[in-house]
Amino acid sequence: MPEKLRLGIFKFASCDGCQLSLLNAEEELLELAELVEFAHFPEASSRIESGPYDLVLIEGSISTPNDLDHIQKIRRQTDTLVTIGACATAGGIQALRNGANHDEFMKLVYPHPEFVQSLATSTPISNHVSVDFELRGCPVDTGQLLQIISDKLHHRKFSVPDHSVCRDCKLQNIVCVSVARGIPCLGPLTQAGCGAICPRFHRGCYGCFGPCHQTNTDGLTDWLIKDGHSSAELIPLFLNVNAEAPEFARTGAQLMRQDSAEGESHE
Amino acid sequence: MNDFRYFRIDQFPEFLKQLMQSGYRVIAPTIDQEAIVYAEIQSIDDMPQGYTDEQKPGYYRLQHTGNQRFFDYAVGPHSWKRYLFPPLQLISTSIKSQDGWTFEDHVDEGEPYAFLGVRACELAAMRIQDRVFLEGSYVDTNYQNRRNASFIVAVNCAVPSANCFCTSMNTGPKCKSGFDIALTELSDGFLMEIGSSLGNEMVTPLGFPSATEEQLTESESISDHATEQIKKTMDTTDLRNRLMGQLEHSHWKEVADRCLSCTNCTMVCPTCFCSHVEEVPDLNQERVDRRKSWDSCFNPGFSKLHGTPVRNDTRSRYRQWLTHKLATWHDQFGESGCVGCGRCITWCPVGIDLTVEVAALCEEEP
Ligand code: SF4
Ligand code: SF4
Ligand code: SF4
Repeated sequence: MPEKLRLGIFKFASCDGCQLSLLNAEEELLELAELVEFAHFPEASSRIESGPYDLVLIEGSISTPNDLDHIQKIRRQTDTLVTIGACATAGGIQALRNGANHDEFMKLVYPHPEFVQSLATSTPISNHVSVDFELRGCPVDTGQLLQIISDKLHHRKFSVPDHSVCRDCKLQNIVCVSVARGIPCLGPLTQAGCGAICPRFHRGCYGCFGPCHQTNTDGLTDWLIKDGHSSAELIPLFLNVNAEAPEFARTGAQLMRQDSAEGESHE
Repeated sequence: MNDFRYFRIDQFPEFLKQLMQSGYRVIAPTIDQEAIVYAEIQSIDDMPQGYTDEQKPGYYRLQHTGNQRFFDYAVGPHSWKRYLFPPLQLISTSIKSQDGWTFEDHVDEGEPYAFLGVRACELAAMRIQDRVFLEGSYVDTNYQNRRNASFIVAVNCAVPSANCFCTSMNTGPKCKSGFDIALTELSDGFLMEIGSSLGNEMVTPLGFPSATEEQLTESESISDHATEQIKKTMDTTDLRNRLMGQLEHSHWKEVADRCLSCTNCTMVCPTCFCSHVEEVPDLNQERVDRRKSWDSCFNPGFSKLHGTPVRNDTRSRYRQWLTHKLATWHDQFGESGCVGCGRCITWCPVGIDLTVEVAALCEEEP
């Protein structure tokens, strides 16, 4: 029996959903426990061991002064570091504060903002330390998560498919919600991984897995606007959990500008 | 001259029962998720009655017609390739034991399916995929088994969609060959053309009478009317050479600005046949499945060589798709790869219409 892989799971600003995706693996968890030592996984066990770790999975974004320091310490004890989920990979929904008025937000939400220590931005882990692989999703897909752990165990190169959600719709007999119902859908621009859950339940894709390779955001927004949708309606498609992903950030900002121009021309 | 028979609408269940009693699982049009798709049915009640479809580039809506007809619509998002060339296939499995690895091929014996409602363009698409999978140096025996196990009940189109252009591709709207039985929906029943000995064996026990002259004439006029309704065209004259002469046309870039490289057109196309194969190990790496699934020339990874895509932008990927489908398919298989079904136009989420793009690409640049 080869030595067990020492696994650490750490959390920054996030909702814990990605770690839950690992706990959701139920059946495989026992098998995994034979191969992996869960050295640091506070969500699942109070037994916490110090580094070094062979593989670290990071959930959440950097959003407090303390995080800045903490992530450096983790990186120093880690052989392979993989970010899991939209927060760790693209800043998450909390990155909507980037570029907005942070102090105003704080005053709105907290009665005593002076007690809150928070950075004005929420940023991906890769802005701070080197990252070996980024696993997308909000939350990540359990199958992809297990595959990453197995890849590390067996010294395989990390890789996940980078095609669009649309292919997964078609493979699974899901009728396109955009074409057959006129629902704006981010699937053509979004990396697969979720198994097209939203279209399966007759909703447009929310882009949880972020932009796919060489994504053409303008192609989609031009069509949707020509089709009668307003810029305002399309903003939340892009400024969502992957708002800081460069392609979505650019398109979101562009739609915001168009929207305010449209607003002015109506006045 | 094929044998023509006739049965009344109220005898449709008898016909279906005969298919089922002969051991076939019947796959036919049904309504699901706001569209007409092909799925297994148990009775004619599972089929759409009184529906049609409105299709435009990037647009599909079901509509009620107010009558009780069964086949007054065109093709939907599914094609029969879903059954003959399934989107996900297990090819083989390798298992590690104390004595080493054992390898086992997965053999698909072919489900006995009766495909009910196959349109003329779809018969043409099946012939094209037969050439790809069966007539080259390597025969896909699983495809062959599925094909041999199937029984084909075609239907002549009465109401084409605005995206149909089978007349330009010379594939429809009337079924000429490649079926066991072909139906035409008349005003009070069905004209039934028997196209094979298998078809003949199937219908003989039903004792349906021979068709009358009037019924044959009515069927002809339905097909003529359908032909007249098809307004979309693609000029195929010397199309291979015309397209291949325009590989650097500026319009390729113009299409690429709109195209999302999302793969929908290739997934819905009844002739697109590309797939990729991957090895999927379990956690312990003691069992490895080899799986094949639909792939597309619109995926950047599809043309990866030494880790880098050869077709590294949407312009070259769209050009690859269109020129393969309409031009180099002739070099490879001796015919066009397009049957004019219009699916890629309807199911493109940004309504890119290949007939319009072809016309623009064949215009000389100033
Ligand atoms: S529903 Fe969305 S993801 Fe699915 S095929 Fe349509 S556009 Fe693509
Ligand atoms: S290229 Fe388009 S119109 Fe031609 S066969 Fe394929 S889906 Fe149908
Ligand atoms: S032509 Fe349409 S369906 Fe095909 S890849 Fe481009 S956007 Fe997608």
